[in-house]
Amino acid sequence: MTVTDFQPSPAAAPPSQRQAPRRGGIFAWLRNPWGQPRFLVGVTWLYLAWALVPVAIAILFSFNNGKSRSVWQGFSIRWWWGNPTQSVFHDPSYTSALMHSLLLAGLDMAIATPLGVLLALGLARWRGRGSGAANSLMLIPLVTPEIVMAVSLFVVFTQLAVLPFTLIKLGTTAQVVGQVTFSLSYVVVIIRSRLASIGTQYEEAARDLGASPIQAVRLVLVPLLMPAILSSTLIVFALSIDDFVVTQYMSSNSSTTTIPMYLYSNARGGTSTPALNALATILVAVTLIGIVLAYLLYTVLGKRTATTEGGLMALTELSGMEG
Amino acid sequence: MPGVGWLLLFVIVPAYAVLAIAFGRVNYLFQPVPFWNPLHWNPGYVSAAVSGSLPGGEYWPSIRNTLVFVSVSLMLCLLIGYPVAYYVARHAGRTKSLLIVLLVIPFWVSYLLRMLAWIGLLSPAGWVNGILQALGISNPPDWLDGNPYSVILALTYGYIPYFILPVFAGLDRIDQRQIEAARDLGATPWRAFLHVTLPLSRPSIMAGSALVVLPMFGDYYTNDLMSASPKTSMLGNEINLFVQGGSQIDLGAALVLVLMVILAVGMSYYIIQSARDARALLA
Repeated sequence: MTVTDFQPSPAAAPPSQRQAPRRGGIFAWLRNPWGQPRFLVGVTWLYLAWALVPVAIAILFSFNNGKSRSVWQGFSIRWWWGNPTQSVFHDPSYTSALMHSLLLAGLDMAIATPLGVLLALGLARWRGRGSGAANSLMLIPLVTPEIVMAVSLFVVFTQLAVLPFTLIKLGTTAQVVGQVTFSLSYVVVIIRSRLASIGTQYEEAARDLGASPIQAVRLVLVPLLMPAILSSTLIVFALSIDDFVVTQYMSSNSSTTTIPMYLYSNARGGTSTPALNALATILVAVTLIGIVLAYLLYTVLGKRTATTEGGLMALTELSGMEG
Repeated sequence: MPGVGWLLLFVIVPAYAVLAIAFGRVNYLFQPVPFWNPLHWNPGYVSAAVSGSLPGGEYWPSIRNTLVFVSVSLMLCLLIGYPVAYYVARHAGRTKSLLIVLLVIPFWVSYLLRMLAWIGLLSPAGWVNGILQALGISNPPDWLDGNPYSVILALTYGYIPYFILPVFAGLDRIDQRQIEAARDLGATPWRAFLHVTLPLSRPSIMAGSALVVLPMFGDYYTNDLMSASPKTSMLGNEINLFVQGGSQIDLGAALVLVLMVILAVGMSYYIIQSARDARALLA
């Protein structure tokens, strides 16, 4: 193509202008199906409907007036509160699953967060031999299917008669250990990305002003990291309360059943009532509240709200999905 | 470094324990006895698992199901997920923030609830069959009894958010000016997409695919919930059956090794490809 052929193409204009003019029908679309992205608009909204409507319907069925979880029989809150023995807050099997989920999430948060912060600080400072191995070790739980970790922990806790594994019995202790093991990696990822954006200059300034290494970390770095620490705590909460595979493998009996486990074992049974949907709704509500809080803490406290873009990127970052 | 200690204790030691169990024997009570010394390893269970996993073997139907279900689901993730991520990243305009929030929600809605939702819809008296009957199909299929389409639907539905988000992040990072440069140099939009956008987004497609494929290979609960029939059994179901079902932990451990070998093949392709992409970007 020579210079004389050159036509300023509409796509070279900023995107807002590019989409504005709508020229002639199907031929223009065939010539440039990506320029006027009605096809893409359609796919996107269809996808979102497909992704969200079933969930909304499942939540709606927790308000069903009948016993069915698939046939709509009118609105009521009997499965939430009205029924004195079978509603979600009255039936002991539901409340015990709820309490156990919350207990595990609390313990997981209390152990995984400090451990993960220490590990992230250590990995960021650790140069030389072993640091590469420690880094890949940290990523293992993120790249192996959960069932592999669950089976290996199960084997260790049931078959291995060596300290310290003999001290850990299947049940709450093993569940906490398992959950901490995989949540640790997420904490490290979040804290390290924050550490990278803070840089080393503040800590060095503190050291120049006479702070000991420990003081520099405690008085300077930890306050700077606080938003990331708080939001990773909430991410751990969400991971823990949603986890199914590891928690199930590590459980011992019905007293250590969590909400996801309860959903798993009762979803197919004909006997379960819409209270099951109510339980699932509680699970989702609790998780989403945690995530929204984490997001707000990460952006507001982290002063990253200069643009919505930054905030939204933080949201995808929080989802642990940065490539 | 208590964190490293924790990971050594609860990641590396258990991984070795799986090896030791897989290469161990059973004692006279048929309890598995792990062999810690590699020199004493008994290859019996592993060879049983491997030969069972080859075509014609006892576990081959599960392996085949796994491979077929995962590849079809991955294809669907690509076909649905890439256009969605592309639209939100590059063309959404003012609705972008809203769309991102809507894309993130399924990510944090419990997987079990999302399965529960489909069980309700697909159950014999559910809304899907209601719609089919309204459309005149009087004898709709039983979706929840060994129907492979339901399993594929559920796998795709369950894991597609994990695909879309990294691809979106990758597409969003592409410098708009590079595409404009291609257009200024005379490329049609389609060619600009094919030769600039697509190659630049390939690392994130690979990452998204890895994030989807890895958990799918170990999945057993989706299958249990949507089908609960041996006809659609996957590798994860076999492992779960042997380990949690109780009696044959050693065979389960050996099948875990088979799973890891399959994944190692996939992951090495992924690592080689990403290294090549990284080099191409530097060049």
